[in-house]
Amino acid sequence: MSPAQDGGVSESGLLARHLAFLEALRSAGLPVSLVEGLDAVTAVGALDWADRDIVRAGYAAATVKRHAQRTTFDALFDLYFPPLVGDGGSSLTGDEAGTNEAGAERPRDDGAALQAFREELLAALLEGDERRLELLAREAIARFGAMPGRGPGLSSWSAYTALRRVAPQELVDQIVQGLIDAGIDDERAERTAARRIGGFTRGVEDDARRRIGEEKGAEHVAAVATKPTIDTLDFLSMRRTDLEQMRREVYPLARRLATRLTREHHARGRGPLDFRRTVRASVSTGGVPLTTHHKPKRPHRNELVVLCDVSGSVANFAQFTLMLVFALRESFQRVRAFTFIDHVHEVTHHFRPGADLVDVMTELAASTAQAALWGRTNYGRAIEKFAEEHRDALGPKTALLVLGDARSNYSDLALDTLREVAEECRHAWWLNPEHRRHWDTGDSAATRYGEVVPMVECRNLTQLSEFVHRLV
Amino acid sequence: MPAPTWFASPAEASERLTGSGYLADTPTAVTTFLAGSLEKPLLLEGSAGVGKTELAKAIARSTGAELVRLQCYEGLDEARALYEWNYKKQLLRIQATDTDTRSWNETHDDIFTDEFLLSRPLLTAIRRDEPTVLLIDEVDKTDVEVEGLLLEVLSDFQVTIPELGTLAAVRRPLVVLTSNATRELSEALKRRCLYLHLDYPDAERERDIVLSQVPGLDDALARQLVETVGRLRELELKKSPSIAESVDWARTLIALEIADLDDAAVTATLGVVLKHATDVDRAVKELRLARS
Repeated sequence: MSPAQDGGVSESGLLARHLAFLEALRSAGLPVSLVEGLDAVTAVGALDWADRDIVRAGYAAATVKRHAQRTTFDALFDLYFPPLVGDGGSSLTGDEAGTNEAGAERPRDDGAALQAFREELLAALLEGDERRLELLAREAIARFGAMPGRGPGLSSWSAYTALRRVAPQELVDQIVQGLIDAGIDDERAERTAARRIGGFTRGVEDDARRRIGEEKGAEHVAAVATKPTIDTLDFLSMRRTDLEQMRREVYPLARRLATRLTREHHARGRGPLDFRRTVRASVSTGGVPLTTHHKPKRPHRNELVVLCDVSGSVANFAQFTLMLVFALRESFQRVRAFTFIDHVHEVTHHFRPGADLVDVMTELAASTAQAALWGRTNYGRAIEKFAEEHRDALGPKTALLVLGDARSNYSDLALDTLREVAEECRHAWWLNPEHRRHWDTGDSAATRYGEVVPMVECRNLTQLSEFVHRLV
Repeated sequence: MPAPTWFASPAEASERLTGSGYLADTPTAVTTFLAGSLEKPLLLEGSAGVGKTELAKAIARSTGAELVRLQCYEGLDEARALYEWNYKKQLLRIQATDTDTRSWNETHDDIFTDEFLLSRPLLTAIRRDEPTVLLIDEVDKTDVEVEGLLLEVLSDFQVTIPELGTLAAVRRPLVVLTSNATRELSEALKRRCLYLHLDYPDAERERDIVLSQVPGLDDALARQLVETVGRLRELELKKSPSIAESVDWARTLIALEIADLDDAAVTATLGVVLKHATDVDRAVKELRLARS
């Protein structure tokens, strides 16, 4: 209806939204350049706006250039270009259930409604009807996730409340049973049920985020609700699900590092002139040596000794570093690993070549007990013990790697022993998974150890792979 | 506009790709369409065997364009990627010239002409006036210097040869780059491209792919197969089975005349999809198969 055609773009608010979206992507760590922003505009201009998935794909093609960032992008896209506003046009209660005809005005939240809702959810989960589950997820938030009473404009939505009320996890058994009755074997039924309930839970969480975003502005939610990508996630603040995802990352990461290393090695390694090959090659150009051939350079390899703290707080970090180091074992002449809490225990034998990663991790976790006498981290004692029992591991070709947060429960630090040990090696490093600003707080002896052995901050996969790369 | 358009809309892209035997999902169709309409290079990333190269081939097939392929490898240089002077021929020419009758200048001009130019894939693609799909395969295998060369070629579609001058593209080729992500490509290169990550397809689409690739496969068997492969992908494996491997598996089953993919059949043929001994062990354990 706008008479001024040239002002159409800015009036529709689309441009502002686009810019805000790009800004949010940037602050979430995606390096979206000006050109890419323009590309995105051209791209979505060439597309049909009727289908949200098409627009999403268009935006993604122009702005997301790294797969790890895709989750962040999706979360932000849902915030800035939500699939619907408010309760949307289609209310499930209106056209399908019939029992709650009046529910459209203010969704009721009482025992009977909950009962009815759960029955409906169960039916939908049994059928695996995704469209219906999506509507139910929205309804769950609308009815059971509202947190009113904070004054007008301040009502909020909580996925947590909604999920606790609806408790989809309690439906698992019934779904499994239902699926088995339908002729599906046990194991598959369990997996299907878990997947469907997971999908529903995600739907509820997404919808809560969308509604909050609508009320408080997308910027507000974007700042708090997006998670860091897996390679920038802190080792110390990982959750169980992150752990699994990260474990899947380690092997590809090691392979990437290994290819990069061989390539760099080749690029650097222009050894002495290979006279024979050069002369032979020159025959085809009439005796003129147009190209020279070189002998490959001999690689020289280090031995590596890893000494890692496996006490509760830093166990994850130690695991990942060990996995990465052992995945790269071809780059070293020999790798030996020791774990400690207050006693040293060698774990090298768990890392057989080609061993199954999951098994290794299980064995490693089981052997943790042997690294502890009393169970309180004691770096001083561990270092003394290491120097006493495993001195033979060290030599002039060895690189020593200590992993830990340098929090020694105020016990003796055995600085002199560590200095002696470090002097016997070619290099020594200390990797600390804590943020640099937490060093020396509380019982951390970061600086004091750092004076003896150079200490490196290593909080996430990116930093870790950078370090390992330098090491090799 | 004389519109060298590739596809008219995402829907059409999807339709024509399907017609040439590539079943594309929505993001793939949209991005392919955009690569054509924005005339930007398309960077495809994803693990091995998800159909990256196949997509480029399908684009060429469905649009009737010629496919020019540059296979990247470590140590690839300008001479192999762009152009090279045919030294041997030039040497011959110089030796065959009668130096008394012709001056050096004449010979010099003579040996730097098209006749002595060996055109490599990048130059070939730029100089063609027919529709061309330029496939730069496994771009992550190259060295950083080649990436710099690609930047120049991909942003302007022109090549400067000192002796001949600047050769600009007669008709912009549709460029498809593929990468296995063994190395992080430079930001500059990524910025110039549209990006698409190809993932394993969902069960439905994978079944269609397997059925279209392997004629004579029973529908129920395909369903079983795709489901088993899906389970394998959920495990922590060193190398998850890709689409190429599902297709291989389907072919194996046809060849062995296995009509029902029960536990025994899975155990017997697991080697087709899993390529590491530890992966096979893990699968046997997790799927609770009887060891053969």
